[in-house]
Amino acid sequence: MASFTTLTSHAALLSAENVDTDQIIPARFLKTLDKNGLGKQLFFDWRYLPDGKDNPDFVLNKPEAQGAQILIAGDNFGCGSSREHAPWSLMGWGLRAVISTSFADIFKGNSLKNGLLPIVVDAATHAKLVAAVKANPQAQLSIDLAKTELTLPDGSKVTFPIDNFAQHCLLNGIDQLGYILSFDDKIKAYEAAHA
Amino acid sequence: MPKTLFQKVWENHVVVEEAERPSVLYIDLHLIHEVTSPQAFAGLRERGLKVRRPDRTVATMDHSTPTLPKHLQVIDDQARAQLSQLEKNCAEFGIRLFPLGDSKNGIVHVVGPERGFTQPGMTIVCGDSHTSTHGAFGSLAFGIGTSEVEHVLASQCLLQTKPKTMEVRVEGTLGAGVTAKDIILALIAKIGTGGGTGYVLEYTGSAIRALEMEARMTVCNMSIEGGARAGMIAPDDATYQFVAGREFAPKGADFDKAVERWKKLPSDAGSTYDTRVDIDASALEPMITYGTNPGMGVGITKALPSASDFSGAERAAFEKAMTYMGLEDGKPLLGHKVDVVFVGSCTNSRISDLRAAASVMKGRKVASGVRTLVVPGSHDIKKQAEAEGLDRIFTEAGAEWREPGCSMCIAMNGDQLSPGQYAVSTSNRNFEGRQGKGGRTFLASPLTAAAAAITGKVTDVRTLG
Repeated sequence: MASFTTLTSHAALLSAENVDTDQIIPARFLKTLDKNGLGKQLFFDWRYLPDGKDNPDFVLNKPEAQGAQILIAGDNFGCGSSREHAPWSLMGWGLRAVISTSFADIFKGNSLKNGLLPIVVDAATHAKLVAAVKANPQAQLSIDLAKTELTLPDGSKVTFPIDNFAQHCLLNGIDQLGYILSFDDKIKAYEAAHA
Repeated sequence: MPKTLFQKVWENHVVVEEAERPSVLYIDLHLIHEVTSPQAFAGLRERGLKVRRPDRTVATMDHSTPTLPKHLQVIDDQARAQLSQLEKNCAEFGIRLFPLGDSKNGIVHVVGPERGFTQPGMTIVCGDSHTSTHGAFGSLAFGIGTSEVEHVLASQCLLQTKPKTMEVRVEGTLGAGVTAKDIILALIAKIGTGGGTGYVLEYTGSAIRALEMEARMTVCNMSIEGGARAGMIAPDDATYQFVAGREFAPKGADFDKAVERWKKLPSDAGSTYDTRVDIDASALEPMITYGTNPGMGVGITKALPSASDFSGAERAAFEKAMTYMGLEDGKPLLGHKVDVVFVGSCTNSRISDLRAAASVMKGRKVASGVRTLVVPGSHDIKKQAEAEGLDRIFTEAGAEWREPGCSMCIAMNGDQLSPGQYAVSTSNRNFEGRQGKGGRTFLASPLTAAAAAITGKVTDVRTLG
């Protein structure tokens, strides 16, 4: 897994609430054997018009969103299916962090395992971020994962919650499977006791 | 100290528990299917790892499998490649597979219980969010991502942070025409699609106790639509009777011993939950969703909310949904035209669901212009339905009787809505485009779906007579 330490970027703004994983990447694109190359399918049915051209009204098609590595999303982002294709496609487009007031559980877990950082902020901070990005789409946000600190465009700082272990894994690019397998003796003992 | 069902199952499966770290949790049963597993097997190969417990791993093909009986033509090369990759993976790693066309094939959450793999007190995972279905047996069952599929394949364990618990107490008696599907749609309408985030639900109360096992599966299946990864129901005699005699269930003295263990699972008197929600089953009517997430549901005779009931982001979300659905706010959905009816999915494709739909369609005809698909959850269910003559009731009414699979619930196999079409569907998600790009879904019970097929409109099944 790619490590995550700090990130400074402008942000794209997707204000819809309850964005489900079927919107992030529709099910018809799940017939793949790969986890790479899914950036093109991100938000497909919102992003492209029926004739296949870019929908100019969709946030990720706007010139100011290009190159953004942070997405500011509405509440309960990533609800619905367990498809890990959702973080794969967000990362495939170039995003490394999503900021919202809340995330669906499975999406959050999947994101953390892929180096996509889900940042939860309170409603007031969220409103402030939305206003700042609306006022200046190139406004820079900074994330410092070691300090669990988000710096807003006005220079103010907020701390965000993150599970200690997930933070440790992200900072060091530690793979969780390796960690689990380090307990092989205990797994064997459990199996012996429950055979 | 008194413990809840969840606490008991959790504690029975903890392999490692350390401060400031997620627990290492042992997984008893790992179900896999073609869509969310290929990258996990690829990961194993890259690392040179084996599947630790192929004997605790079971695979089926369901998401993109065709349901047209005569052709069984897989929709495209990509789907074919994914199905054949699952076959290769299962052969290489020694995993039991129920492939397309196999007499034991079906939807993963139907096959698990049907074959007796699903048992009380287990931890069960699958790369599919509707794994919550298996919680109906008093197991802790939840959906996982593909990275976690790889973790379980390699180690039979998962890293999990202990969730909170929510009691969903459902008391009272369901009225005629009101079903398990209506209980769960009412709960999600009440708590919203994020209301259960961070919780494991336990459904309790007299109305839950009164449900048959298949109906309990319907309730637990949609726990995830309320944001909860898992929903559980304490096992009782109905559970033990359902499991008894199934192919992979314990037999004879082993079964009796298992039942003794399972009887210790229900929550102890005096155990407490982090929070509680109450549902009055007696007050429920058939439910239907009108919007683009499963929380946007109402009693079928009620008017839809008005935009003025909401403010801010909620109002924007409501208006966006109404625009997508092409509906007027503040009016009831009754009488709204319907183009397609889908009876199927891991929520409502079991024999009791098909019997319910058939009870409405018997001796009647599907309304002209309405396309009705009835898709059983497995080959066992299909055979049983045919033995009871349900298939003839459906086909004589003008409905299509299909082969098992996820079909139009996820629209990966070619069974899908056309843009703008309205469906009454017994499935679990009404997200934009879920049943086909531009398609518009009203979620409801098999009774309500069958009633819509007959009249061609959103109909209160209680008025059909």
